[in-house]
Amino acid sequence: MNEIISKKNLSRRSFIQASAAVGGGLMLGFHMPDALAATISPKAQSTTTAPGTEINAWLVIDKDNTVTIRIPHTEMGQGGLTSVAMLVAEELNVDWSKIRTEWADANRHLRNNKEYKVMSTHGSQLVRLQHPHLMGAGAGARERLKQAAATAWGVDRAQVEAKLGVLTAGNRTATYGEFAEAAAKVTLDKEPEISIDPAKWWLLGKPTQRLDIPNKVNGSAQYAMDTRVPGMVYAAVKASPVPWGTLKSYNFDAIKSLPGIIAAVPLKAVPGKRGQPDLQDAVAVVATSWYRAKTALDLLPIEWDFGDSAKTSSAQYYEEGRKLMDQKGLVSGKEDPQTAEIIATSKKVVTATYERPFEAHARMEPVNATVWVQDDRVDVWSPTQDQSAPITIVADQLGVDPKNVYVHTIFLGGGFGGNGGGGTGVTRQAAEISKQLKKPVKVVWTREEDLAQTKQRPLSVAKLTASIGDDGLPTALFTRAMWASLDGMNQIGGATSDYGIYNIPYKVPHRQHERHNFKTHIPSSTHRAPGANQMGFMAESFVDEMAIAGGWNPLDWRLKMTEGLDDFQLVFQTLKDKAGFRTDLPKGQGMGIAMVESHGTIAAACATVNVSRRGRLEIEKILVVLDAGRVINPLAATEQCEGSVCWELSHAWTGGLDLENGRFVNTNFDSYNLLRIDQNPHVETIFASSGGKKFGGLGEPAGPPAPPAVANAIFYATGKRIRSTPFRQHDLSWT
Amino acid sequence: MKFNLTINGKPQDVDVEPETPLLWVLRDEIGLTGTKYGCGIARCGACTIHVDGQAAKACQIQASAAVGKKITTIEGLSADSSHPVQQAWVEIGVPQCGYCQSGQIMSASALLAKRKNPTDAEIEAAMADNLCRCGTYQRIMQAIRLASSKIQQA
Repeated sequence: MNEIISKKNLSRRSFIQASAAVGGGLMLGFHMPDALAATISPKAQSTTTAPGTEINAWLVIDKDNTVTIRIPHTEMGQGGLTSVAMLVAEELNVDWSKIRTEWADANRHLRNNKEYKVMSTHGSQLVRLQHPHLMGAGAGARERLKQAAATAWGVDRAQVEAKLGVLTAGNRTATYGEFAEAAAKVTLDKEPEISIDPAKWWLLGKPTQRLDIPNKVNGSAQYAMDTRVPGMVYAAVKASPVPWGTLKSYNFDAIKSLPGIIAAVPLKAVPGKRGQPDLQDAVAVVATSWYRAKTALDLLPIEWDFGDSAKTSSAQYYEEGRKLMDQKGLVSGKEDPQTAEIIATSKKVVTATYERPFEAHARMEPVNATVWVQDDRVDVWSPTQDQSAPITIVADQLGVDPKNVYVHTIFLGGGFGGNGGGGTGVTRQAAEISKQLKKPVKVVWTREEDLAQTKQRPLSVAKLTASIGDDGLPTALFTRAMWASLDGMNQIGGATSDYGIYNIPYKVPHRQHERHNFKTHIPSSTHRAPGANQMGFMAESFVDEMAIAGGWNPLDWRLKMTEGLDDFQLVFQTLKDKAGFRTDLPKGQGMGIAMVESHGTIAAACATVNVSRRGRLEIEKILVVLDAGRVINPLAATEQCEGSVCWELSHAWTGGLDLENGRFVNTNFDSYNLLRIDQNPHVETIFASSGGKKFGGLGEPAGPPAPPAVANAIFYATGKRIRSTPFRQHDLSWT
Repeated sequence: MKFNLTINGKPQDVDVEPETPLLWVLRDEIGLTGTKYGCGIARCGACTIHVDGQAAKACQIQASAAVGKKITTIEGLSADSSHPVQQAWVEIGVPQCGYCQSGQIMSASALLAKRKNPTDAEIEAAMADNLCRCGTYQRIMQAIRLASSKIQQA
């Protein structure tokens, strides 16, 4: 242990400074935009005291004109920290080099009736849905500064210009810093409008270096995993390998004499509670180091009762799913009985069944949480996409007032809807152990525990059937889909199992979609682009099947079937102009296209693949064209598109979790295979922005069209239609 | 058992079981948390460090085997993020969540120390053990090419 940490009897103030000084979890970033000069100056969460005057909850202006912007959202690699700062700075109109940032205080948000409106970060919503109040915070501050100057100078507010941190009226001039105190006291009759016209933006829309990058090249960026607090002990945890199994017994005597072992703590599920962050039966081994805890846990004899879940497998789920494809399900939207009738009497019918397995988030930062329960307060370090969640989870677990639970915002080692400590039982585990042992506890799941127990993307099956008319276009489309979700959840995040199939834009005269929620014991949750990720593959592969059966070029088919929808036409036409899509390449080479709309953004992809005669797949290139309406940081947005494509190809090509005897056979990165650098295609991103009032998301939408584009390309390269993932399980050889 | 290790040029006394992986010695005993745990089985590369200048997975090196070796972690690669690989990483904007990037940078810097001007195939071979769940591979390739040109010009 570090000498600073091992000092006894630290007061809270010195604890905060000490743990921060050794790189504890109390990181609070002061990210100067001068990338290489960036430093972290740690401060205690909930006691943020940026120097200067607070104009509103989002920003503080100092006399030296430094503007501190408080970031209510989390940074999981998506560029959210920078996006928030840009949205506020755009309206405030302040020199970007004068901006610094700190995390907003989640407890203040709680105390002041959701003062920051939303602190959760998910669903590609940050820019898409939160821009009005974030830009509004900047605009409101700017107008208050102008009013303060106007009052002092005896002119109208309209005569004062606010630009790059300087207020000007006639020959009078002052800095924002000079009027900050007066501005904080100004009341406006009405809050100003924000400017969403990209043509008028001076900062938004310009490629901007992300503020968190300098801390991520030298090991200084701190994650929940890196939390170190004085007197902390470590826990390794094992829940039932078949999720929701019951703990029968364990033999602590077998391990208690091993080095550094402190305790074994049984954790019990609450009957009837199987939601996102609920506890499963588990055993935690607590030790003076995590390696000691983990080593002892591996040796701990544990008996479980797995129940009937131990009889389940992926093969069985697929079999039952295929049976459901012939049974009526929940109808999405309006029933159209003519759909089935038209198909039944049609001369030409295309039908296909698609299947996709469970997938894991596999965030590079394994699930973990640190909780310190004291008499008067509880501190939580948890890799969560929603800082409000650990407050309520821990308060519920411990039966304490949420106002006394302090959550520390910290970088996340990936999010992807996995929500680390917010979406699993780990934060409750740490709270319970800390309460029992009266010590701060860091719980870290092994990668094996992480893959076995995090919330998975549902296994899915879909059957699609279309009748084709004389013009080669579909006259009716009947689709059924099933997903295997925990206890048959109908909705995961914002998605149901029809998402990605039911909401396709193509104008087929008659449509009916039905869905089945198949019950599993496997925990389920949102997974980057939920619904669109699994079902988008099925729908867009089948679009090619329909188009080709009708004698249409798949790109011309999509243009024809979206006539009159200007934003789709813009995306497809841009793809046509830029991709050089063709269907007449020599065998072994292929191009394929696909389009999936999600999170308010239309994303189309063109894949170029090479398949050797022996069936070795190379994905050479993915071109993505997106209409997100407007793009506030093209650099971060492009990075998100590159990452989203890689993410989806990881599942479609190399991934796939296999369930056998109620548990996954994939236990670590030797058996759950993610895309590696030598498999990653070149990704080119083009934004074809339709403007209007559209603010689309960009953290997720580029992923879903990539797998069907690749499968459609494989068809042209080999003549083989791929109707399940991962692609690695298919023989792609050709002669 | 007590060991004296040399980490980033400084002697460090640690008291751990001899088989304790260097990864956990660095993180939990010494407090150098830039080296990350991702899998524990040498399949993700998040814990990549330099041992006598060679890239190595800290999860696979026992503390007792590290005695007498020159251990370099991300914190010791440069004092001020001035290593050409770190500079290139910033210029290209490689990291997203950043969790794997210490390992990526240590693998890339070990490669360029041996091969100033690697081919793309050599870069892919050297980096294939390093997983990135955010999918920053394309920028990693660009940044290694940029760092290579910086090193050759230096």
